[in-house]
Amino acid sequence: MNHLTNFTKGLMKENPVFVLVLGMCPTLATTTSALNGLSMGLATTFVLMLSNVAISLVAGLIPDKVRIPAYIVVIASFVTIVDMLMAAYVNSPGPGGEPSLYDQLGIFIPLIVVNCIVLGRAESFAAKNRVFPSLLDGAGIGLGFSFALTLLGAIREILGSGSVFGLQLLPKSMNILVFVLAPGAFIALGYLIVMVNKLKK
Amino acid sequence: MAKASTLRNMVSVLLVITAVSSASLGVMYQLTKAPKAAAEAAKQNFAIKAVLSGYDNEPAAEAYKTASFDGGDSLVCYPASKDGKPQGVAVRTWTTKGFSGLIRLMVGFDTEGNIINISVLEQRETPGLGSKMTGAEFKDQYSGKHPARNNLSVKKDGGEVDAITAATITSRAFSDAVNRAYKSLKFENETDH
Repeated sequence: MNHLTNFTKGLMKENPVFVLVLGMCPTLATTTSALNGLSMGLATTFVLMLSNVAISLVAGLIPDKVRIPAYIVVIASFVTIVDMLMAAYVNSPGPGGEPSLYDQLGIFIPLIVVNCIVLGRAESFAAKNRVFPSLLDGAGIGLGFSFALTLLGAIREILGSGSVFGLQLLPKSMNILVFVLAPGAFIALGYLIVMVNKLKK
Repeated sequence: MAKASTLRNMVSVLLVITAVSSASLGVMYQLTKAPKAAAEAAKQNFAIKAVLSGYDNEPAAEAYKTASFDGGDSLVCYPASKDGKPQGVAVRTWTTKGFSGLIRLMVGFDTEGNIINISVLEQRETPGLGSKMTGAEFKDQYSGKHPARNNLSVKKDGGEVDAITAATITSRAFSDAVNRAYKSLKFENETDH
């Protein structure tokens, strides 16, 4: 496989959400709006790239029997670093008093640790490949994840709140409340997967 | 490829990995400590500014704690003054009656106990339903009201607050937090003069 396909496969062919159907917890929970989806995706991408690089570097030194705890410690450290960075630098409220990005996503960040995408890429790709392909794989899968979350978030936001990225497009009377609630996440995701499968054929 | 899984190998590898991880977390914590504290303080000041106006002191510097009237967790008060004369107080209050538990509000009172404004500090209510309590449409109903003279409960309970559609529990919790702030502060003494 060349470098380009390592990167691009995560976007569509092996999209973690639409094709591999991994990481459903953050996918369903954080996509109440396009911005939430995008930020969760980018935070995950950051962790995924760092952990893929770190794990591809040390994989040869880790005995097989303790590889899972070793990977988890590496991933958890990076997630905690992201959490600390976000608490420090994206923690100011919006001009209208909206909660800060950290306040909105704070409870989901620790969940990246148990996101099976991160451990899955460490185990199935980074542990068997060199640093650079692992970095590209992390970036590709992460961006694919971000793309899926943003798309799902945008669809739920426009159907549920009539806006995309906070920009009001539809009148409030056309809002379908269920799409901002948990069942709407399942419904929207189900139809999205159907459409992706149709397009791929 | 991977090293043999002998006990010595496994223990030493895990030891090294955890040591490196905790060291890097320690460094990161030190680096982000100051900006994080600054962000928290800015958020606090932002909330105080949103609920009080016309003061020239630094309410956060004069903050004190007061016991909740029902013996629960204490509330934090941020007194505002202008040229040394008290202008009112912002109270960091809470309720656990929200649909998803804890809600924290900042409520601004003038010296007589009239509500100036309210801002939501922390909530986990249902997005699109209970989360509308952060919107002006709901919380502005409280502005200018007095918790002793106005019945600040939802209309279903005989009060004068229009509950958020399909989020009565959240609306009740909001009123509970506001009333807690008022009752714990005991404005009665100050309305005498």
